[in-house]
Order: sequence, then structure tokens, then C-alpha cells
Amino acid sequence: MTARRVVRVLKQIGLYSAAAAFTGLAVFPFYWMLVTAFKEDNDLYVAATMRAHIPWIFNEPPTLEHFQYLLGDTAYLAWVRNTILVGAAVVVITLVLAVPAGYALARLTGRWGERLGIGIFLTYLIPPTLLFIPFSRVIAVLGLQNSLWALVLVYPTFTIPFCTWLLMGFFRSIPRDIEEQAMIDGYSRLAAMRLVVLPLAVSGVLTAAFFSFTLVMQEFVYALTFISSVGKMTVSLGIPVALFRDVFNWGAMMAAALITSVPIAIVYNLFIDRFVGGLTAGAVKG
Amino acid sequence: MAQPNEAQPLVQLAAATFRRRTLADREGVLGRLLLAPAFLYVILVVGVPFVLAILLSFSAARSGSLSFSWVGLSHFSTIIADPQFQLTLRNTLVFTIASQVLVMILATAAANVLDAAFFGKRAVRMLILLPWAVPVSLAAMSWAWIFDSTFSVINWTLRASGLFQGWLYWLGDTELAMIAIIIVHVWRTFPFATVVVLAGMAAIPLEIREAAVIDGASFWRRLFQVNLPLLLPVVTVAVLFGVVFTSTDLSVVYLLTRGGPYNSTHVLASLAFQRGILGGDLGQGAAIALFLLPALVVVAIVMLRLARRAEVGA
Amino acid sequence: MPFDSLRSLRAFDSERPKAMSESAKRASRMGYVEAKDLHKHFGEVHAVDGVDLSVNQGELLVLLGPSGCGKTTLMRMIAGLEEPTLGEIWIAGERVDQDVPPRARGIAMVFQGYALYPHKTAFRNISFPLEAIGKSPTAIREAVDWAATMFGIRPLLARRPRQLSGGERQRVALARAVVRSPRVFLFDEPLSNLDAQLRAIARFELKQFQREIGTTTIYVTHDQVEAMGLGDRIVVMNKGKVRQIGTPQEVYDNPADTFVATFLGSPPMNLVEHDENTLFGFRPELFLPRPTFPPHEDIRVYHLRVRQVEHLGAGRLVYGYLEEESRSDQPVIAGLPVTIRTPIAEDQVYEFAVPRRAMRYFDRRTGLKRQDGPA
Repeated sequence: MTARRVVRVLKQIGLYSAAAAFTGLAVFPFYWMLVTAFKEDNDLYVAATMRAHIPWIFNEPPTLEHFQYLLGDTAYLAWVRNTILVGAAVVVITLVLAVPAGYALARLTGRWGERLGIGIFLTYLIPPTLLFIPFSRVIAVLGLQNSLWALVLVYPTFTIPFCTWLLMGFFRSIPRDIEEQAMIDGYSRLAAMRLVVLPLAVSGVLTAAFFSFTLVMQEFVYALTFISSVGKMTVSLGIPVALFRDVFNWGAMMAAALITSVPIAIVYNLFIDRFVGGLTAGAVKG
Repeated sequence: MAQPNEAQPLVQLAAATFRRRTLADREGVLGRLLLAPAFLYVILVVGVPFVLAILLSFSAARSGSLSFSWVGLSHFSTIIADPQFQLTLRNTLVFTIASQVLVMILATAAANVLDAAFFGKRAVRMLILLPWAVPVSLAAMSWAWIFDSTFSVINWTLRASGLFQGWLYWLGDTELAMIAIIIVHVWRTFPFATVVVLAGMAAIPLEIREAAVIDGASFWRRLFQVNLPLLLPVVTVAVLFGVVFTSTDLSVVYLLTRGGPYNSTHVLASLAFQRGILGGDLGQGAAIALFLLPALVVVAIVMLRLARRAEVGA
Repeated sequence: MPFDSLRSLRAFDSERPKAMSESAKRASRMGYVEAKDLHKHFGEVHAVDGVDLSVNQGELLVLLGPSGCGKTTLMRMIAGLEEPTLGEIWIAGERVDQDVPPRARGIAMVFQGYALYPHKTAFRNISFPLEAIGKSPTAIREAVDWAATMFGIRPLLARRPRQLSGGERQRVALARAVVRSPRVFLFDEPLSNLDAQLRAIARFELKQFQREIGTTTIYVTHDQVEAMGLGDRIVVMNKGKVRQIGTPQEVYDNPADTFVATFLGSPPMNLVEHDENTLFGFRPELFLPRPTFPPHEDIRVYHLRVRQVEHLGAGRLVYGYLEEESRSDQPVIAGLPVTIRTPIAEDQVYEFAVPRRAMRYFDRRTGLKRQDGPA
């Protein structure tokens, strides 16, 4: 009896230390962002060979100077604005195209639609890396170099496939009966979709919008290729590229990374289950 | 027996809506119409550059000029003979395989931990997901700072704890730089894989798991003979995504090492960027990037197989 | 429908003599539903395989069959939710299969799960069909009120479907079906979600309601008790084909083939091999101990070796095998009412008998009914 209890306690200890280890690994860089963002430069730039100076903690009182510098003397707010503008435009384009497409694949196109749906999803796997070189050519021909419009044009290439797939899953999860009932109740297929299916898919549409926006926020390669002037950058480009010019700028850079990523990370957790559900629907069901 | 307004509805029906089928009723046509805009957008904006990528790789195109002269396979023969390219291809494979093997192990372990009931589980899950949610470029900068040659907190900690008295030039030494890149890739992709595997575990019917427990199977037998086989399709999906994200990623290498030291840590993406965009040789850049295609085709085929199996199974 | 609500329905009508006269006018044009050589193929599968059907005006026709027999597909084609591969559908003298969408067919359908709109209140659920045809808000309020009164759900109109019980949901679905005065009602197993006790009451109310309102109704079910209880006529289907159409009594007493014979009745009709061409069929409840028959009755006697007796409260079920000179491997069941008290023990042989007028004959190869027994 006692031996069993010991085993149980050991198991509990094992479980908690494993959980702690994984959490530590995941969180460590964020902790480092946090500490760096609020440290005085004197406290930051002490060579790691100095054993007496512990880099893990605040050796001097925390400071807001990096944030003041970031908001006052850099283009950070312009990057935030650019990101929001591009993100909003991409979300609108994506939803306008992906909502009807997802519905069509879920309900109207039968078996060939299922194949096509998988095909569309696979285009999501064609990475920016394969396309950024020809795109640079296309963008040049269109005269969109160093323009946010280039990003607005290109980003839907991955948000549309992704959201079409996600929304297809959501529409499939709504019982067919309900829209068939609407069709019997005097509505066309299109009206049934608009009046009955869409209101029931609001959470799915929100999820798609959110993920489109985060995909835009995370994108780096196209932004790096198309945007050259600091004032036109997005956050994911401006922070590492424009702030990096000054080597001893880690405080401001980490401050920017922190206030950019934490809000997204928090909202992300609200949506992740639906995201995974939609993404793995095929594989998990089988 | 009657109802109020008995005969009116049909009359009104005729007046208010078309009695005959309209476009909005025709499912086949409607399906195509609703699908067409998204489909055309993707075909135009992905398909055209994709074809252009192939054309460019056979041409002497340079950025700035609009020339498009055909050079056949010369880019390919040049880059295959180029030791820098061979190294780059090898790096891409090493980074991808090493990180994804680690991710598979870590994610399965982490999913098993998160599947158990313990206090603070929700918080742990949320924190473990952070690396995936954050823009890669920002996370990469945080790691670049952690690996800083003078101020690395890792080096300080190793010394202070007495584990290692030497000095690790993380991003200045070829092997250490490669390890650093793998660490960042693992850190970045394991949360997603964990969540996917966790979803897969939740999808295993409870009866099957309970039956295995009742049958007296040990933890390891349960793991290898019940859980892992059932999880295989899901783990495969997670790994395939990981492979795509890792093998095609430019930002981690670009931001951590810029391909250095001495171009020793380049991957296909960063080399293509260096030669094609920075160096202006679009043709060669396109040819380098195209070497990612075979891997992506394999991934796509495996995905299709899985999807078909799910279709048959459903 | 509780009777008080039916009474209120009558009261409502008597207040509106004008509506009555319109209804009378309408009755003369009110049509029937007809299917001609209807087919539906899903790839290799012939879900509906050449069905001819004519539904009389005002009747309640039940489509009965095992799952996968094509009854639901047939109904969905009539509704317009599936397009026939081949064949014609007529509603009230109008051909609808090619160019009339579901919304314009003048039908109302109640789905198995009731398909209430989860985001709308009961009121908006019922009013939704009226909004489609652009009725005025006053007219809509009046009509919803009328339908809600009929089904006794007026106090529930502000609730959403998830706040309603199964029975209440069914009433909302029915109210939504009647509110726009359809030409035809289609019911797709509407009672299968209710528990057994509620189901009998709901069946009774449904029948009452259909009689009162007199609208042509097609009702799909796999439950033979429901079919027998509800239907003016029953259409028995199997493998995409109609096996028999008739009143419940006809279908039960004179099954057209062995499928119908064994699908209807619980326990099913006994089928025993008589010779190489003929099967004898007889209902268990008419297969009784010999002494129960009066001496002059024309009966056929069998020896029954009893294997098991089940006491069901309302009677006994006797399972056994026929003992004949040549063979003793033919299983039969006898259903004895409580009024027959003959003691029956397991593993004994008894004389059981069937009245000859209750015996049915089937061709052994085709399974089809034959008029006479073997010579």
C-alpha cells in the first residue's frame, strides 16, 4: 500500500517536472524578451564572463526607456499601422473569396469538390520561398515595389487556401437538415446559405479572420523581398531588420517584440482548438 | 377544415419569388460560381509565379532588366557543381530532419504530459503554445540575443553553474551555429505538433484506451501497440507541416546567422534570397529555390494518401 | 395535439367563415402527388429503382421499409432536395421534377431531428416560411399565433430551440410546417427522436391533426407499428423498389411477397417449406394449440416441438420446430394471447394448427405471393 503510494507520488513529481520542463523551454525566450525590455543598458551590456553579474534578474531598477525610445524615436507605430492596414485588407479579401468557396466545397460540389478542396489546401504548402523570386519580377512589372499593395496582393495566396479549407470544415459541421429546411421553407440555396448557414458559422468566420490576420503578422519573406523603406515595413520585418542596424539596440528590439507578440499569443489560445480541429479533420477522423 | 388566408400563400409565392428555378437554386452552377473567385485568385497569383519560377530558372533574367534570354539547364549545372550549393542542400536536409525528429519525440512526450490531469494544465498548455503564435522573425531575434557572442545568457549560466568553463561562440562557430538553428526550429514547431498530437489522442475512443488498461497492458506496451499506431496519421500530419515550415524557412537562418559564418549555414531559401534578390541573379535564385519542389511534392503525395485514407475510413 | 387546442382551432375557423369558403374552393384544385418510373442512382447504387406511386388527395401515405431501402431518397426527390436520375414527379397536376425548386413546390417537411433554426426563437422559426413570401408583419403575427395556438406552444414562442424539450421542438416544427398552408406534408421519421412513451401519444396526436387539417401527407418510417397505426395506405419498399401498396390491413393480411410478409409483424410471419415450389406462410397469432379451434373449423395441423417459451405479460411466444416425417428443422413461432391458458412445456411436442383461410402461399424461388396452395 505504501509502496504504491510512493510510486504515485513519484509519478506526480515526474509529471509536474516534465510539464515544468516543457513550459520552461517554451517560455524562456519570452522571459528573456521581458527582462531585456525593461533593463537599463548598464544592466544589459555586461559581458557574460562577469560571473558576479547575474543576467537573469534586474540588477538595477527596471526602466521604460526602451519603450520610450521605441515609441518616440523609431517607426514602430508606423509598422503597427502598416500591419493593421495590410492585415485588414487581406482579411477582407480572404473572407470575400474563401467563405463562398468553403461553402461550395462543403455542400455543392460533391466528390470533385472534395478533390479540389484538397488541391487548394496543397497550394497552402507552396511556400513563399518558392515564389518570392518570380513574385519580385511580377511586383516590379506591376510597379508595386516598396508598396504595401504588393503585400495586399500576395498575402491572400496563402490565406485563401488556408481559410477555404478551415471554413469548409466549419460548414460541414453544420447539419444539412437546417439549410434544406430553409430551402423547403421558401428560400433558394443561396438565400438559405445567407440567412441560415452564415449566422451559424459566425465563429468559424471569426476564426478564419483571426488566422488570416496572424498569418499576415507572421509573414517575413515577402515583406523582406518587396519592402525596402523603413516607413513601409510591417512589424515582423521592421523590428528585426530596421531596429537591428544599431547593434546595441536589444532593449528596444525586445520591447517591440514583447508588445507585438504577447497580445497575439493570448488571443491565439482562444482559437487554437478550432484551428487544429479544422486542419486535422481528415487525418483524425480516419 | 381550414386555415386563415388559405389560398393566399401560393398566390403570393408566385408574386414574390420566381416559381421556376433561378441561378440561386441550381446547385451545380452555383457551386462553380461560388468557388470560381477563390480558385481564379489562387491560380493566377500562385500559378503564374509558379510557372514563372520554372521559366526563370531556365533564363538569364536579372532584376532590373526585363531580358528573358533562354539559357537552358545552365543554372542547374552551375549550381549542382557549386560546392556552396551542395553544402546548402545538405544543411537544409540536416536542419529539417534533425529538428523534425526532435519535434516528433518532444511533441509526443509533451502531448502525453498534457493529456494527463494535473493542476495548472490550462496555463501550461497556453504557455507551451506561445512559440507557435509569435511571429517567427521576432522569436528569432530573441534567440539571436540569447546566442549573442558577448552577452549570451547560456554561456553565463553554464559557467556560473560550473558545468562548462569554456566559451561558446554560438553564432560564430559553424557547428554551434547549426545547433543553434536546429534549436530554434525545434522550439518553434514543437508546440504546433504537440497540439496536433493532443487532438489525435483525444480522438482515440476512450474505450480502446480503457480496454488496454483493463487488459493489463503495461505503459510501454500501451504506448507502442495502442497509442502510437493510432496516432500515426496525426503525427504524420504534424511532421509534414513541420517539414514544410522548416525546410522552406528563410527567417531563422537569415536573422540568426545570415548564412554565416563564411556561408556555412545557408539553406536553400537563404541562398536563393542571397543570389536571386541581393545578388540580382533571378534565374539562379529561382533554380536554387526549385530544389525545394521535390520534397514538397513528396509531402503533398503523403498528405493526399492520408486524406484518401480518411475518406475511405469515414 | 391536445384536444383543447383542436377545439380552439375549430373556434378559430368558425370565426372566419371567409377562410372556410376559400378552403372549399381550394379543395377542388388540391392535388395529389405522383411519381412515374422514378430512379435515383448514386454511382453504382440504385437508391430508388423505378418507383411508381400515386398519392390520393388528403390521404396519409406511409413509406415503410428497412434503412437503405430508398424511402428517404424517394421523399427527398418529391421535396426537390435530390434530383431524380430518371422519371417524373407531379404535384397537384403540375410537373415539378425538372424546373421547380423545393421552395416553390408548395410542400412542408418535418425532418427527423426537426431541423429547427438554432439561432432563431420559436416565433421566428415558425414565421420564417412566411417571411420568404413577403407577408406583412401583421399577417405573420396572426398566422404564427394561429399555428402556435393549434399546437399549444404559445407560451414558448420567445424561447430558442435549445430551451425546448423534444416534444416541444416537435410541435414547433409542426407549427412551422402548417403555417404556410402547404399542398403536401412530408414527414421524415419525425417521431424517432422521442422516447417510447411519448411516441404513442405523439402518433395519436399526429393522426388527429392530419385528419382535421386534411392535407395530403407522405410519412417515412422504418417502424411498422407507426406505419400500421398512422397510414391510410402503406407503401412497403425494399432495395429501391416498391414491394406492395395497400391499406395496413391488406399489407398485413395479404403480403405480396415474402419480404413484406417477414418485414411486417412482430414476430414476423412464419414461412415453412411445403414442397420444392411452395412456401406456406401464417401469422404467429393464428398458429395456436389445436384444442383452441372449434371442431368444424377447416384447419391444418402441425406437430410443434417446443424449444422455448417467453412470457410477455400480454401473452406468450412459443419458439419451436415443426416435427414432420421427413424433417424437423423448420423454425416457427406461435403467439398465444393470455386468454389461451393451455400449459406448454419446453422440449415437448404439441399439436398446433392454422385455419386454412389464414394460410398464404408463396413461390419458393421468386418469393411472390400465389393465389392458391399446391394442388
